[in-house]
Amino acid sequence: MTESPVLEMRHIGKSFPGVVALDDVDFELRRGEVHVLLGENGAGKSTLMKILSGAYQKNTGQIILDAAEIQIKNPKHAQTLGISTIYQEFNLIPHLSVGENIFLGREPTELPGVINQRAIFEAADHALDDLGLTLDPHKLVKELRVAEQQMVEVAKALSLDARILIMDEPTAALTEHEIAELFSTIHKLKKKGVSIVYISHRLEELFEIGDRVTVLRDGRTVGTYNVRDMKKSELIRLMVNRELTDLFPKEKAPIGAEVLRVDGLTTKDGLKDITFSLHKGEVLGIAGLLGAGRTELARAIFGLDQIASGTIYINGEPQRINSPKTAINLGLGFLTEDRKSQGLVLPLSVKENLCLSSVERFSSWGVMDTRKEQRAAARYVKELRIRTPSLNQKVVFLSGGNQQKVVLSKWLCSQAEVFIFDEPTRGVDVGAKAEIYQLMNRLTASGVAIIMISSEMLEVLGMSDRILVMREGRVRGEFSAEEATQEKILQCALGE
Amino acid sequence: MRLRGIALRQDFFLHYGRQLGTLAGLLGLMVVLWALTPHFLTISNLLNVAEQATIIAIIAVGMTFVIITAGIDLSVGSVLAFSGVVMASALHQGVFLPLGLAAGLGTGLLCGLVNGLLITVGRLPPFIATLGMMSVARGTALMFTEGRPISGFSEGFRSMATGELLRVPTPVVIMVAVYVVAHFVLKRTKLGRYTYAIGGNEEAALLSGISVRSYKTIVYGLAGMLSGLAAILLTARLNSAQPIAGMMYELDAIAATVIGGTSLMGGEGTVVGTLIGALIMAVLRNGLNLLGVSSFIQQVVIGSVIILAVLIDMALKRRGR
Repeated sequence: MTESPVLEMRHIGKSFPGVVALDDVDFELRRGEVHVLLGENGAGKSTLMKILSGAYQKNTGQIILDAAEIQIKNPKHAQTLGISTIYQEFNLIPHLSVGENIFLGREPTELPGVINQRAIFEAADHALDDLGLTLDPHKLVKELRVAEQQMVEVAKALSLDARILIMDEPTAALTEHEIAELFSTIHKLKKKGVSIVYISHRLEELFEIGDRVTVLRDGRTVGTYNVRDMKKSELIRLMVNRELTDLFPKEKAPIGAEVLRVDGLTTKDGLKDITFSLHKGEVLGIAGLLGAGRTELARAIFGLDQIASGTIYINGEPQRINSPKTAINLGLGFLTEDRKSQGLVLPLSVKENLCLSSVERFSSWGVMDTRKEQRAAARYVKELRIRTPSLNQKVVFLSGGNQQKVVLSKWLCSQAEVFIFDEPTRGVDVGAKAEIYQLMNRLTASGVAIIMISSEMLEVLGMSDRILVMREGRVRGEFSAEEATQEKILQCALGE
Repeated sequence: MRLRGIALRQDFFLHYGRQLGTLAGLLGLMVVLWALTPHFLTISNLLNVAEQATIIAIIAVGMTFVIITAGIDLSVGSVLAFSGVVMASALHQGVFLPLGLAAGLGTGLLCGLVNGLLITVGRLPPFIATLGMMSVARGTALMFTEGRPISGFSEGFRSMATGELLRVPTPVVIMVAVYVVAHFVLKRTKLGRYTYAIGGNEEAALLSGISVRSYKTIVYGLAGMLSGLAAILLTARLNSAQPIAGMMYELDAIAATVIGGTSLMGGEGTVVGTLIGALIMAVLRNGLNLLGVSSFIQQVVIGSVIILAVLIDMALKRRGR
């Protein structure tokens, strides 16, 4: 194994409207190494890798491949440079065979436009053999196990002469046995001189497969270390070590009576035996990694997913919530994670969106009282300082922060008493963020209870009265605001 | 005060700019036809055009509701025929006139509700559900009548088509009434608001507590009922209910809706636009007839107008973004 870098990314900067995703990030990859990229949700791992795979363009910095600076134009260009990515969602066509998938888009032909099927399968057989795999190239991809599909992706990347392979959470959907298979494949790849960028949340894997590790935090490089010199606890500290600033203007409200109790909630979508309670004036933070079941919990409470067993109590009364309509009538409000696809009706106006879940209240005999509606909308636009030229402006033309405020107002307008916030500040600029936090304070002061799901650790720590940590569909820990620390929560979320 | 005036004017253009454009198109077309054939712009001819437009215009109201929910209804023409023959046979059995009319409307409503249930409860794509209904309703109408028209009705019934109110033909009066009510429903009622919300973002509508299934079903029911109303007027005009009536009307109704600025993606559209769209089609047919243009060429012209109208609409929308 030589020590010269195959790839260097220097001083990489990338910003999106309102957010700096990467700020002066350095990353270096050597030939034949497995280099783990570590960081919290939102630390900038995916953004960095999307720049490397050509999906995003960097704003500043240099990418140096084999000692020459390059500009990666698009994913196809990255592939021709020998950089391939295996995403969590595979890019395979289920109804085609293994061989056809491996050579999709560059099929060997005899006559122009006529595919040489035999050549495909021979070459595919060769590529699979090379990896020591015994897959039948004629088999349809949809008949394969997830782990086998992943191997098809690897074979495809290698047949593209990939020298750099980016693997995003490759073990997320694999069984233990399959993970062992994957690791043996990775060892073969290393011997061939392929360099691997390995993104994973599972720290124990890092020690098993990684050579070096680069830690990212808040879009900056913390450092690059040899894995054998590091301890788990050290890495966790590096991932989260930050100072809490007064970005979070948390004002404690008096905690009142219990408004919501969830008892033994289990669903087909993977929630297992979840029990907790929520009180007036309280913010209950829910932390956990992506896929821990946090959004599923919100959906189940809001009547979107079927409950297999368990009971939900509202103000002490057991309730069967089987539709959002029922949930809303019981005083629940749900700010979804994705406001564009689930929160807003983009072609409708600010006023119409704002009043959407209160139409019943603004109408009698099915006819809308437009003046009442207008007044209510005007009030919330003023109260929340929603910047819009008029109440009739279509929400599609508003900025992210203002759109989020419209969704918030929708639930204020429907007089919800329990708010479920799913990633309330994602994609929102810093100013609007602070306003949303202040609004949460005002809500709790008026006796509203809030469940706040967030992947932003600081937000959870800064705004919650109590914190639940979820992992694999279960509640794995509960902390009061006083005892919670980033290390404790992350350990609990990772299952350390 | 001045500022407020400007804001109001902006809102006006924001909401009605699209319809003003279509209206300008209609007026421009009328000016051209007036120049080519002076007979075009006579009161009697214009009333004739309006009367010709009524059937499609009324069906197109239902179509507009359906398309705003991001759906489609291919069955309206067949449902018209089926409703017509059911009503006609009821009237021939000698039932009380209002009861016969109710049979026509009810048949349409029922077909529409079945469409709606297939789409909401059966989760079929609207295209497939209404394509099926298109064939089933037509086939049932043919079976029911053994393929023969049912003709000859009372003077009272026929006055639905032949009567006048202040010199305006009754069908035109009914059409205007339908549009006034539909406009009110879309702009000022819960049903209207939910229609836009469902088409604009069904998921967000559901999450806002709207019972999407019920309202979608109602909208298809409404479209069916309006086909029933169109059946009454057509049967009264022809003094005959035909099982093969209303062929391809669904396409004319879709064209009127789309020319009128309703987006097939859902969430946007107005019945005012649809009325102008239906009038453009009727004016074009009438004008081409007056000019003695062959019906073959007419089809080419009308098809081109539909494509042109939507091309212009999309270009304007892209510039607006």
